[in-house]
Amino acid sequence: MSLSGRAGFARSAAGNDRSTRSKIARPALTNLRVFFIGGYLSYRALFNWMHWSYYIPTMLGAPIFQVLFFAYIGRYAQVRNDEFFVVGNAVQLSAMAGIYGMAMTVGGERWTQTLSPLMATPANRLPLFLGRSLPLIANGIITSAFAFGVGWLLLDVDIAASQLPALAVVIAASAFACTSLGLVVGALGLRVRDVFFLANFVVYSLVLFCGVNIPLESLPNWMEEVARVLPLTHGIEAARAIADGASLSDVGSLVWTELGIGACYAAAAFGLFKLFELEGRRRASFETI
Amino acid sequence: MTGRTLRLIWIGWKFHVKSLTLSAFFILTSVLQPIIFASVAYLMFDVGAREGTLLYVALGAGMMGIWSSTLFGSGGAIQWQRWQGTLEYCIAVPPPFLLVIVPLTLATATIGLYSLIATLLWGKLFFDVPFDVANPVAFVVALPVTVVGLGLLGLILASTFIMYRNANALSNLLEYPVWLVTGLLVSLSLLPGWVGPISWVLAPTWGVNALREAAIAGNPWPEIGMCLALGAVYLVIGHFALQQFERLARERATLSLT
Repeated sequence: MSLSGRAGFARSAAGNDRSTRSKIARPALTNLRVFFIGGYLSYRALFNWMHWSYYIPTMLGAPIFQVLFFAYIGRYAQVRNDEFFVVGNAVQLSAMAGIYGMAMTVGGERWTQTLSPLMATPANRLPLFLGRSLPLIANGIITSAFAFGVGWLLLDVDIAASQLPALAVVIAASAFACTSLGLVVGALGLRVRDVFFLANFVVYSLVLFCGVNIPLESLPNWMEEVARVLPLTHGIEAARAIADGASLSDVGSLVWTELGIGACYAAAAFGLFKLFELEGRRRASFETI
Repeated sequence: MTGRTLRLIWIGWKFHVKSLTLSAFFILTSVLQPIIFASVAYLMFDVGAREGTLLYVALGAGMMGIWSSTLFGSGGAIQWQRWQGTLEYCIAVPPPFLLVIVPLTLATATIGLYSLIATLLWGKLFFDVPFDVANPVAFVVALPVTVVGLGLLGLILASTFIMYRNANALSNLLEYPVWLVTGLLVSLSLLPGWVGPISWVLAPTWGVNALREAAIAGNPWPEIGMCLALGAVYLVIGHFALQQFERLARERATLSLT
């Protein structure tokens, strides 16, 4: 082989290599774009939330009163101290954005008749829907942190500053787990018309089952069993322990369980998205409102 | 009030009650949400050290449902009509807009009775809540008076929805604070002193007290009277607020904006 031939072969080989690499890299890049940019745009498309006149009363105002409401019932009924209710409700509030947000993501697409075009795109469904959950996790963390701040300011709560980083980790884990449950709700939104009812039901059930306002050991046995497979239960338990002075390593198993539960719900949601997408195509039900 | 006005209110109320009853979302939310919150309250009072009857909790939790139904129903209906493009027609019809809206807000408060009934039944079946009403006549009178009081409070809320597109954020904000400051589950004596005057101008405070007094053989008539008086005040405020907001919405051409 001549020198030029060898160089040509080398160029061609390099070209093939680049082409192979780009064939592999392109879908990965597209998926990353769908995940990050798609997720960001979808969050912005929850237009109401982006407007301060909607965001502040709903995502910050209502949580203040939820914390106060349950803390005062706790005082009146003499259940536990303020810290019990502030920690329980503040962690529970990390669920609000994730569950309602995911319900609105799918329900909103259906309402605006854009669900069919979305389902017609070739985009990988995993980054498409997981990307939408990322800003909601961040939103959940903000709401939860705000509720902690309000509790500290207005009620009798004293959490050492040194405990805050560990608390932040627990809140992030709970926000992830709740948003994963929100993904399941969103997936069911492909099948059922009234996804908002389902979202309400799920959020209220978490308040009832997960030890938010009632000590877990005081719940009937069957409720405690149900609580063990729901997000939040372990997160709230870990957050209460941290507020009482435990370290992150002390509550490591609780945090990992919370993350594991979140991962299971995320996997279930992905399966349901696939299943209901096929169902929706077969039954032509994406545009039913 | 002429017979024609009464007929309009009656027909409008019947229409909206039927139409809201057909909404699975509204009915399920009106029943399930109060049941879940009532269960939380029953369990909290069960675990807590305070002595007392669970009927106090049951009536408070039921009233929470009536308030939620009024709050989301009154505003939601205006928003729904705006989305459907029928709000302009409701305003353009010959009868005053007040007479079109009042039956609607009364109907949303009436639907809240599902919440009260569901809460009481739930408590009776699963938490052994005693339901022995000492003064049934007063209880039966207090119930519709409370519904009317809350419905007319809903009129003031509904008027803001005509003007502001994002007013449903107000609904999200106002649910818990009204539950708290009207003493539905917490004694007002536990709250800061400045909360007192706020609670006095809110019909749910008097409504729930009337029901509780009737249930435990107290004297509910002053509370029933206050509920009626507040309802009359809400009607006057709602009338002027509607006039003002309707005029502004026409001037700014914002009626049909979604």
